[in-house]
Amino acid sequence: MKILVCVKRVPAPGARINLTPDSRSIDARHLSFTVSPHEECAVEEAVRLKELHGGTVTVLTLGNAEAEEQLRYAISVGADEADLISTDETDIDPQATASALSNRISELEGASETFDLILVGNESADAGGYQVGVRIAHALGRPVINGIKGVKVEDQTIEARREIDGGFEIYRLPLPAIVAVKEGINLPRYPTLPGRLRAKKAEVTKVAFQQKPGGLAMVSLATPVEQQSATRVLGRGAEAAPAVVDVFEELGLL
Amino acid sequence: MVFVGESDELDRQALSLAATLGSVEVVSVGPTKIGGVERAWQIESPILSDYAPEAIAESLAQLVGQQMPSAVIAAGTERNNEVLAHLAALLDLPLATNVLSVAPDQDDWRLSRVRWGGSLIEEATLSAVLKLLTVAPHSQTVWNGSQAATTQTFEPELSEELVRTRVRERVALEEGITLTTAPVIVSGGRGVGSADGFAVLEELAALLGGAVGCSRVVTNNGWRSHRDQVGQTGTRVAPQLYVACGISGAIQHWVGMMAAKKVLAINTDPEAPMVTKADYAVIGDLHEVLPAIIAEIRRRQESR
Ligand SMILES: Cc1cc2nc3c(=O)[nH]c(=O)nc-3n(C[C@H](O)[C@H](O)[C@H](O)COP(=O)(O)OP(=O)(O)OC[C@H]3O[C@@H](n4cnc5c(N)ncnc54)[C@H](O)[C@@H]3O)c2cc1C
Ligand SMILES: Nc1ncnc2c1ncn2[C@@H]1O[C@H](COP(=O)(O)O)[C@@H](O)[C@H]1O
Repeated sequence: MKILVCVKRVPAPGARINLTPDSRSIDARHLSFTVSPHEECAVEEAVRLKELHGGTVTVLTLGNAEAEEQLRYAISVGADEADLISTDETDIDPQATASALSNRISELEGASETFDLILVGNESADAGGYQVGVRIAHALGRPVINGIKGVKVEDQTIEARREIDGGFEIYRLPLPAIVAVKEGINLPRYPTLPGRLRAKKAEVTKVAFQQKPGGLAMVSLATPVEQQSATRVLGRGAEAAPAVVDVFEELGLL
Repeated sequence: MVFVGESDELDRQALSLAATLGSVEVVSVGPTKIGGVERAWQIESPILSDYAPEAIAESLAQLVGQQMPSAVIAAGTERNNEVLAHLAALLDLPLATNVLSVAPDQDDWRLSRVRWGGSLIEEATLSAVLKLLTVAPHSQTVWNGSQAATTQTFEPELSEELVRTRVRERVALEEGITLTTAPVIVSGGRGVGSADGFAVLEELAALLGGAVGCSRVVTNNGWRSHRDQVGQTGTRVAPQLYVACGISGAIQHWVGMMAAKKVLAINTDPEAPMVTKADYAVIGDLHEVLPAIIAEIRRRQESR
């Protein structure tokens, strides 16, 4: 199976998010970077499918030069090839993102074979547009399904499982297809030492980003106002128990 | 035009926002109870026997082509975000998901929308002849129009091929109290220390008629299933009381439980963000505090 996974580099903020003075991005000077947990799971799922059915896993990102770090991480946990659509632009809208990714996918397929499966995250960690995967699917003329927490590949069909309240739904898509996965589909592995060494040496293919912007443009960012309430400290250690149970009673929970 | 049919409450919130922008028609697959609108379109097709995002979007595209509304709006549920993404891709139009408010400004709309699962708000402009947007859940008042609307049936022409992405099977799971319905959630983080460490949390949750939740560190360590994870990439919860045991309060966790009425933090660190943001806090080792709370509840129950 030839599998491609799309990942997006994002900062990993801690307890609060600080913005840059122009309010157009997160102040990431003291932050590490990562990809969405959904995308981490997408990479892991791709590697597991490869281990089961043979084939290769390619990771693709649209981002700045530093996004190589996320591609190399994917290689360290089992991906084979990495491809970066490189740009200094930030906040590229979902239409332009999807066009750039699907054009690049077509180029990669033109030079080799069709990807049987393309995996994306259910939503990106930062923009949360819930749409790039669907747009890629339409551009390539392939079926797509979102919100998937389990897959099985058999006879050119992917069976996909989606959790809903009170159970789950099963879909069966003919390959080639696109699936947007959610965290929980698997438990991603950690990189091994040989994996890290492979990642260090791996070649990352780079191409330039060229797309005109779509119709949704970010103007500025803000942190939501939080209502500050003073914390009532009920006590320390086991001695706090009666005060805690008083609160349960006050709230009518017992 | 507002696409409805997912959840009555969330649909009515989407209608609230839509009503500030102009006259409203609703569209649904099959019948809808929502009233107080100009017209209710009912899409009918044998292809739509179950949820089929691609086929629903194709139906909407045909209806929109015929009716030319200025916007298609829906509640920002997982499914509607998917359906509108298909519609946007079919029509090659921008889509703004999880919108909080809209200020129409002639051709372009200025809007604010949710980012980072709720930790940030984005101001954006949406430029398109037909605006597509979904409304962030629980960000609006509830529309209470009830007068029956004129219903009109719309029969789209759908290719048989579109069943490729329709639900094939449904499996029901026997579930007790779930995170989304529980009045109390006793939630654990790294501080719980192990899978077995959750036994005291289970016990307290049972006494309070609640459910057990957890942080991402817990699911990543394999201590609990991802079904229990609260946060940006887990479940969003809104219980009466959220008891956060050994959870530091990272923003991605906080956005999943900030809708709780009250928060009680149990943490060894008095400076942990969860402690400083909570309504109530106990400073201490959860493995001492929780057994003491359980004993105190039992003592009071027995002396009653
Ligand atoms: C894009 C993205 C999405 C994410 N989505 C989620 C999500 O959905 N849900 C989520 O939870 N996280 C999510 N995270 C991860 C998040 O950033 C944090 O890493 C995580 O929430 C931390 O979990 P924690 O509080 O259990 O662990 P820690 O941050 O390590 O905190 C442990 C806490 O336990 C306390 N403690 C230790 N021992 C004890 C004891 N014996 N008794 C009492 N207290 C004790 C410590 O003082 C500390 O406050 C996401 C991250 C990213 C980047
Ligand atoms: N810049 C990007 N580079 C690579 N993949 C992306 C990018 N933006 C979005 N994606 C993929 O599309 C998914 C959905 O993104 P979104 O529509 O922004 O919520 C993400 O989880 C990624 O898998």
